[in-house]
Amino acid sequence: MTLPLLAYKSLHSRSVTTALTIFSIALSVFLLAGVDRVRQGMQTGFEGTLSHVDLLVGARAGSLPLLLYSVFHIGTGANDISYASYEHFRDHPAVKWTIPFSLGDSYRGYRVVATDDNFYDHYQYRGGQSIRLEQGVRAEGIFDAVLGSDVAKSLGLTMGQKLILTHGIEGSFLEHKENPYTVVGILAPTSTPVDHAIYITLYGEEAMHIGWEHGAPPLEPVPAAQIRKEDLHPTQISAFLLATKSRISTLRLQREIDEYKQEPLTAVIPAVALEDLWSVLNYADVALSLVSAAVLVVGLLAMLTAIYTALNERRHEMAILRSIGLHRRQIFGLFVLESAFVSAAGVILGISALYLVLLAGHGVIEQRFGIPLALVGLSARVEVYIVIIIFAGACLGLLPGIRAYRNALTDGLTSR
Amino acid sequence: MDVEQEHTTATTPALEMHGVVFGYEPGRPVLHISDFRVEPSHRVFLFGPSGSGKTTLLGLITGVLRPQSGTCKVLGKDLTNLSASAMDEYRGSEMGYIFQSFNLIPYLSVRENIELPCRVHSRRKERIVSASLDAEAVRIARRLEMDSFLDRDVRKLSAGQQQRVAIARAVIGRPKLVIADEPTSSLDADRRERFLELLFEVCEEANATLIFVSHDRSLAARFDQQISIAEISDTVGLPEA
Repeated sequence: MTLPLLAYKSLHSRSVTTALTIFSIALSVFLLAGVDRVRQGMQTGFEGTLSHVDLLVGARAGSLPLLLYSVFHIGTGANDISYASYEHFRDHPAVKWTIPFSLGDSYRGYRVVATDDNFYDHYQYRGGQSIRLEQGVRAEGIFDAVLGSDVAKSLGLTMGQKLILTHGIEGSFLEHKENPYTVVGILAPTSTPVDHAIYITLYGEEAMHIGWEHGAPPLEPVPAAQIRKEDLHPTQISAFLLATKSRISTLRLQREIDEYKQEPLTAVIPAVALEDLWSVLNYADVALSLVSAAVLVVGLLAMLTAIYTALNERRHEMAILRSIGLHRRQIFGLFVLESAFVSAAGVILGISALYLVLLAGHGVIEQRFGIPLALVGLSARVEVYIVIIIFAGACLGLLPGIRAYRNALTDGLTSR
Repeated sequence: MDVEQEHTTATTPALEMHGVVFGYEPGRPVLHISDFRVEPSHRVFLFGPSGSGKTTLLGLITGVLRPQSGTCKVLGKDLTNLSASAMDEYRGSEMGYIFQSFNLIPYLSVRENIELPCRVHSRRKERIVSASLDAEAVRIARRLEMDSFLDRDVRKLSAGQQQRVAIARAVIGRPKLVIADEPTSSLDADRRERFLELLFEVCEEANATLIFVSHDRSLAARFDQQISIAEISDTVGLPEA
């Protein structure tokens, strides 16, 4: 009878304690790997806020403020860039398409983004998903507005409703009362900042600000009926996204934009900037991981306690094993094998449970929280955890092993 | 080890102890045995009141305890020179041990308990007479009139049945020395007789020396040699640790 079989049968005979111990380790593994999975999902989701975009271009500023303002709609932009500069790069031979963004107005706390058809045609997130209209049509008319799904949901807005936009972002009392906008479309949820904004046309934004050249409402507003698209010429935008015809030209184009003589501009590679931003936000993950690690330590200690308390009942067993000539190494080995079995079983159970939960719940989690918990293999981090848990479990078996051996020495061959 | 083994002849004493001093604490010897010898294939009855050092003596014979001085030779091999693991190996290969009670590993079946020494020590397995280990377990079980409960859960056996399983485990693979430490104290008089008969028979078949420890003098007459621990040790009466 080999030692593994002895260890297995011994554990099996104490099935309730063994099952409880395995369960407590499985629970900690579940938490640890689950937190890791959620972190990965969040990171994937976050870094997938923009995809297939090679450069983000705005006025000369740091890459993070530019990203936060123009993509996440957080904070205020430094400066606008001239429409002429935008046109220059829009028509650049290396450029495939551009999406202009002009920000500056809001509606009940949600940012209003003026853009054009390219937004609906080219904006992609999470590796190639395009934005989609759930209801209605794109904003084409001067006073048309399309709502992000979250805006529609939380403000309870429906198709055809009129919106009076606020001039400026927060805490502003100046309203564009003279020109209400009409909801013509609502976007499908994307779980990205797109959901939290209202989209109008660049013309619309121009029209709204006729007579506002000094930052205050005009004394004699121009009636909406008299405003015609042909008379409106955007002069400034906040930023634009850009895709190159060939990825190889990205870096060259980035330098060209950074060194553009007519106007100080900044071009940022979104993937790099998103990664930078994520590393700033990542501290929450450290806290979560610490908590799960603490749970794991508790689980392993529970196993140690279980094996240790069984020691006294097992003194006869140890005396018998010594009498048939088991070495001290083999007595150690028995305990190490037992704890290694328990931790390995705990790991297998915990990981399987996690996969079952992900399999059953990833759709719901993705929809409700916008975390894409893709069903891929174990991340390298979880693999490291698994090795550490099984190794630590086996090492913990040494403690009762030493104790059992000491007992065996003092007991000699008395089986009483 | 193997070479020495082959030199063991029918006349090599099963046990020889000379000038053995042992104490659990330094300066307080529990046993002091100037000369003690057991002839091969003898059945020895070792008696003495509790606390007289019987279990300590068995510890010295099995090499679980080491004397502070003197030599202890078992089957011609000097135990005092062996490393701990060589000692464990030697004990497992050449000795069978029967405890007073709780002889069986609770999570193994009767069959697995019997086969255990042969699974751990290849030398024990080499000496079986049947074609396979399973067949040997069945043969011994039949011999001990216990083949009906060979696959039973050991926790469901009576005290008498358990002690018979202990005999089977002690003699499987023909060890040269069988040691029994008060094995009959949990049995009633009838079963005690039957137990002793079976133990004698299988030890004889295995050609093993038997050292039987008991405080029950009524059994003594059936042995070849009766030894009081007071006769062989000068320090009897000191409390055992």
